[in-house]
Amino acid sequence: MAEVETPKITSFLYCDVCTLPVEYCEFSGTLKKCKAWLKSTHEDVYQKLYSDSDLASETNKNLNVAEEPIEGEESTKLTKEERRFEREEAKRMSSKVYIKTIERTKRKRVTTVQGLDAFNIETKKAAKMLANKFATGASVTKTADKKDEIVIQGDLGYDIFDYIAEKFKEIPEDNIVVVEDTKSKRK
Amino acid sequence: MFKRFNSKEDFKGTTPIKSSIQRGIKSKLVETFPKLEHVIDELIPKKSQLTQIKCEERIFLYALNGEVILFQHFDGPVVPSLRLIHKCPDGFPQVRVDRGAIKFVLSGANIMIPGLTSAGGNLPEDIGKDKYVIIMAEGKGAPAAIGLTQMTAKEMIETNKGIGIENVHHLGDNLWKTILD
Repeated sequence: MAEVETPKITSFLYCDVCTLPVEYCEFSGTLKKCKAWLKSTHEDVYQKLYSDSDLASETNKNLNVAEEPIEGEESTKLTKEERRFEREEAKRMSSKVYIKTIERTKRKRVTTVQGLDAFNIETKKAAKMLANKFATGASVTKTADKKDEIVIQGDLGYDIFDYIAEKFKEIPEDNIVVVEDTKSKRK
Repeated sequence: MFKRFNSKEDFKGTTPIKSSIQRGIKSKLVETFPKLEHVIDELIPKKSQLTQIKCEERIFLYALNGEVILFQHFDGPVVPSLRLIHKCPDGFPQVRVDRGAIKFVLSGANIMIPGLTSAGGNLPEDIGKDKYVIIMAEGKGAPAAIGLTQMTAKEMIETNKGIGIENVHHLGDNLWKTILD
């Protein structure tokens, strides 16, 4: 090796959907969304990658890898990743956000919001927004089962319900549960 | 290595590093990967400020411009992350696995020797033991992972069985997904 070539600096196009280089989208489990994104943003790369079906089918001959099959089989053959994705979506649909009021010293109460992280919401940011909106303190703590919980000072109950439903449109209203605290009905 | 890895909240501390240490890291990198010699200053400019992030289990990350480019376990060697490797794949020793193995590599599995010695794979003969190599995939231009060889290339070809390369960091693992503010 007399001549050492200076290696070139390269960069790869990364898919926005799965964060991998676009040629690896087929392994991401979100191939359909990846393809849709690629087609709308980089049509030329899309053509190169996905219209080249001859190359793909040739290398696939002796392998068990579940590459994207032809249109007819697509609907019946869900890959393992896609099934897992659907399971997670279903879990997300059934997971709820709990709003509870808890008593502290004397006549002070706090409101807790649990279950926001199931919807991929950054709890710290949400806590800050809630604190700003209601002009009180808010903090994030971890509950026993490692879930995040936002603790807001004051008894806010349904105000929080409205706020979350409005601000975080990803959460359908049915999934937000306000747990009634019997003690607070003392008044 | 990054299976039970972190989200941003697991970072214990972030510090900028002194330029003398930064130079040390760069020269160690060039020592391990000689082909990087001429490009290292483009990849990690001299005036730039690397930040060191302490994580659990004595793992240190080194970041530049919000991207983690290097990592280190204990006092072990400083290993480039895939973000850095993607900028210059030719600077590192490469092996290639065949198509069937790609799926497993991307979920963190170690690389078995038959994947390297089969038709779709490639294994240069001069690769030694306990060396960091990047794993390319058959038919793809971007490296898929970086791993540590478990035996020399010649031994791998002879036995043709078992684990050839330990998968240290791969595309889509938690380190890859870590984006810093």
